[in-house]
Amino acid sequence: MTQILIVAEHGNGRLNPSTAKCVSCAQSFGEGTIDIALLAADVAPLAAEAAALMGVRRVLTLERPENAEPLAAVYAPQVAALAEGYTHLLGPSTTFGKDLMPRVAALLGVGQISDVMTVESANRFVRPVYAGNALMTVEAPAGQIAVATVRMASFQPAAGGGSASIEAATVEASLPSHTRFLSRTQAKSDRPDLQTAKRVVSGGRALASAENFKLLYGLADALGAAVGASRAAVDAGYVPNEMQVGQTGKIIAPELYVALGISGAIQHLTGIKDARTIVAVNKDSEAPIFEVADIGMVGDLFQVVPELERLLRAEHR
Amino acid sequence: MSTILVGIKRVIDYSVRVRVKPDGSGVVTDGVKMSINPFDEIALEEALRIKERGIVNEVIAVGIGPADAQQQLRSALAMGADRAVLVQVDGGAVAPLTAARVFLKLAQKHQPLLVILGKQAIDDDNGQTGQMLAALWDRPQATFASKLELDGNRARVTREVDTGLESIEIDLPAVVTTDLRLNEPRYIKLPDIMKAKKKPLDTTTLAELGVEAAAQSPRAVKFTPPPVRSRGIMVKTVDELVGALKQRGVI
Repeated sequence: MTQILIVAEHGNGRLNPSTAKCVSCAQSFGEGTIDIALLAADVAPLAAEAAALMGVRRVLTLERPENAEPLAAVYAPQVAALAEGYTHLLGPSTTFGKDLMPRVAALLGVGQISDVMTVESANRFVRPVYAGNALMTVEAPAGQIAVATVRMASFQPAAGGGSASIEAATVEASLPSHTRFLSRTQAKSDRPDLQTAKRVVSGGRALASAENFKLLYGLADALGAAVGASRAAVDAGYVPNEMQVGQTGKIIAPELYVALGISGAIQHLTGIKDARTIVAVNKDSEAPIFEVADIGMVGDLFQVVPELERLLRAEHR
Repeated sequence: MSTILVGIKRVIDYSVRVRVKPDGSGVVTDGVKMSINPFDEIALEEALRIKERGIVNEVIAVGIGPADAQQQLRSALAMGADRAVLVQVDGGAVAPLTAARVFLKLAQKHQPLLVILGKQAIDDDNGQTGQMLAALWDRPQATFASKLELDGNRARVTREVDTGLESIEIDLPAVVTTDLRLNEPRYIKLPDIMKAKKKPLDTTTLAELGVEAAAQSPRAVKFTPPPVRSRGIMVKTVDELVGALKQRGVI
């Protein structure tokens, strides 16, 4: 029987939705138990959130001041110690999990399965390789813990309403002081979070400037959408890095993805291929984005975007 | 003065549209353009810039893979690496845990100030080797770096994380993995290619290094093509666009 431990991700005193998605992945194993490891300086509010996730048996908390920031070097020895006796250790394939989980796996002396899309059995998984241009079925070796990260676009968050027990855990782990947190930029946006938004409006190089990029925000607000960008737009400095969608940025699965002035490089398409509806506006009728778009329009986005925003706002009136 | 180790992986070029072999045993590589993993080029560029500032005196490019990976190591030498080591491994993909064990051995041998690796290779998209090395080496890791500032025996690293930018301070030696915006790699000039032919490129094996391939790693069973999204409809006006959105029930 599988015994799964999930490493919780959190920030600003809230559980990240990535944790609920990991629970949902763990549920897809079928039989077995699901526990959550929660490392924080102040666990109380987070533990209650984690305990409410449906299907979770126990929330194991490690509360210490060193756990205030998610430094992989500090978290890894604690998680590795806590993982003893489990058959599986899961973390989200977010920058938090990507940073932490391989370090934990190496401490446990095992390999890692990155970006699990599908659980075929307790030791057989499907994951994307080559920017999603191939899917690889992998088998974890028997007789050892399986460490994996969970691809966020492949799982819906687990429902709430659960009532797991909350237990303070203790582990023997000496924590290093060689890695120190300094600061983190805080997103000031009151728009939906790009990773979990139901609708996303995204811009590319064709926006041509940071000033022009603002055109998208009005449309995004009319749709209640998050705003994303192609690598080209981020590299050009129009928008900050956290808005990048694609192979090396965020992999998202919104219900609606509106690509504006994005040509559709393979590396970008891999970040959006799970979107339910893709809309593309581009002045180049040969742009590869049209090969995957459900609704395409050849046009000048500086005319299309304001008009689309106006019509959408009129709809709501 | 000391050394920086840089990982140089041979991968299918980023511009190639990768196809799965009909028998599902892998992807088509015959006649396909191979290159240095783009994140590794960024790693090498960063190492070269640190050397050019006089902080280290040697940059060693390390490849792990088939004999053909010498081509990418030659390119690394042409870019400016002082010497290269190929750990020749035949018979398919090298597991990240195995790669981490190789870098650990080399780190113990060369006592580098930094090991700079790409944050992921664009073939297997694992993104594990740097973090695994840091664990085995028991040293700090700074993953997804977009800015690296060295200050004596410490470094301040800006990391690209989901919420934006994070800044951490690490003691050296350490492992840094590169993100896209750390730098823009230089172009190789023709005279550099000629010079690179004279630079040392040593070949060794896992056995010679005393590294055991990590049997504890997941094993690829089969490859399948991803489901294909089909081309949808084209609209001519914004009115039609709104109509199509309504018809699909998205607004």
